[in-house]
Amino acid sequence: METLQPILAEHPFFQKLEPEYLALITGCASNVKFDAGTYIFREGEEAHHFYLIRQGKVGLEIFIPELGPVTVQTAGEGELIGWSWLVPPYEWHFDGQALELTRAIALNAKCLRQKCEADHDLGYQLLKRFVTIMEQRLQATRLQLLDLYGSRT
Amino acid sequence: MVPVPCRVMRTYQETGDTFTLELESLSQDGFSFRPGQFNMLYIHGVGEVPISISGDPHKPESVVHTVRVVGIVTWGIKKLRRRDFLGIRGPFGTPWPVDLAEGNDVVIVAGGIGLAPLRPAIYDILARREKFGKFVLLYGTRGPSDILYFRQLEDWRARFDFDLHVTVDRAFGPWKGNVGVVTTLIPKAHFDPVNTVALICGPEVMMRFTILELLKKGIPEDKIFISMERNMKCGIGLCGHCQFGPHIVCRDGPVFPYSAVRHLLGIREI
Repeated sequence: METLQPILAEHPFFQKLEPEYLALITGCASNVKFDAGTYIFREGEEAHHFYLIRQGKVGLEIFIPELGPVTVQTAGEGELIGWSWLVPPYEWHFDGQALELTRAIALNAKCLRQKCEADHDLGYQLLKRFVTIMEQRLQATRLQLLDLYGSRT
Repeated sequence: MVPVPCRVMRTYQETGDTFTLELESLSQDGFSFRPGQFNMLYIHGVGEVPISISGDPHKPESVVHTVRVVGIVTWGIKKLRRRDFLGIRGPFGTPWPVDLAEGNDVVIVAGGIGLAPLRPAIYDILARREKFGKFVLLYGTRGPSDILYFRQLEDWRARFDFDLHVTVDRAFGPWKGNVGVVTTLIPKAHFDPVNTVALICGPEVMMRFTILELLKKGIPEDKIFISMERNMKCGIGLCGHCQFGPHIVCRDGPVFPYSAVRHLLGIREI
């Protein structure tokens, strides 16, 4: 039976990951599709998965009373969404909406956490990749906070 | 240099605080400039400001400027109506190296109103599109309502020979485009780094982080060009108001090769 391993291997997030680890991760992976406008997750819900986007675009939103939903970041093809599954209490901090038809690989959080506990090398490989993304997003967020394009007067 | 009077043909609002002004060139030969240059715009009895030229260099019959209202002179310019006059001195400054970019891929990264001084370069490249490789425009701004030249960007995006991506820092309402800083678009853009010329204009911090991403992608330092902004007064390198280290921005810039100013960008005192 064909598995998702070749697809995972091609995703930038898993590039250069040893096949033995990929095989372990593949056991937690499933193919998912979201129509445009679908909420993939909501703030406060348990973070059961994280998603590797293969096609489409997902917006991370936060709801502000009187303003409505504000999109603070989008992720598209080749990118990843979600790290709440890594940090207790494993709850989403934003809403995630498919802005267009989105195909992704969903990785089951409980399954992955168990495998990482059992094999710390796998956990280290995953964390190295997540930390890189967190660093990039933290930098981007700091630039956003500067409001660079706002008027100085 | 004495300002030459020019007549306002039309003005149009681009965003909440930014408008585009189209002036009639009163010279018989029209108004000739190179992409990236600027004019000093003079409102009689109020003052003078340096403003980049944002029009098409292949259309000398008009002079086009996109202006953000930030002070009394720009406010005075905004109040001008059709057939009013304002004074112009220019064009001044160094241009974008569009000719040098021939035979290469071109990546333009613009932030906020930084798209205005780059627009003439875009017109120029599109006018002789066959002379360049891939052409990528990455544009970031504050929010969807701050996007300059909205209709024109839509038209350009419909072209098959132009890779254009827009992102905003945050979005309310029905926006379905990218959200995130402009630097996040760079890793996803497709071009051949070694054979690419990059033109960048925007707030200085945005340019610094953009340069880091472009270098990470493999574009050589000497193929990255930026447009610097300093307090320009005379426009001809005499008054020294716009001194940037050993450079006078109005005369030696505003467009600089990154390699020529790299060591200055980290010095806070200048």
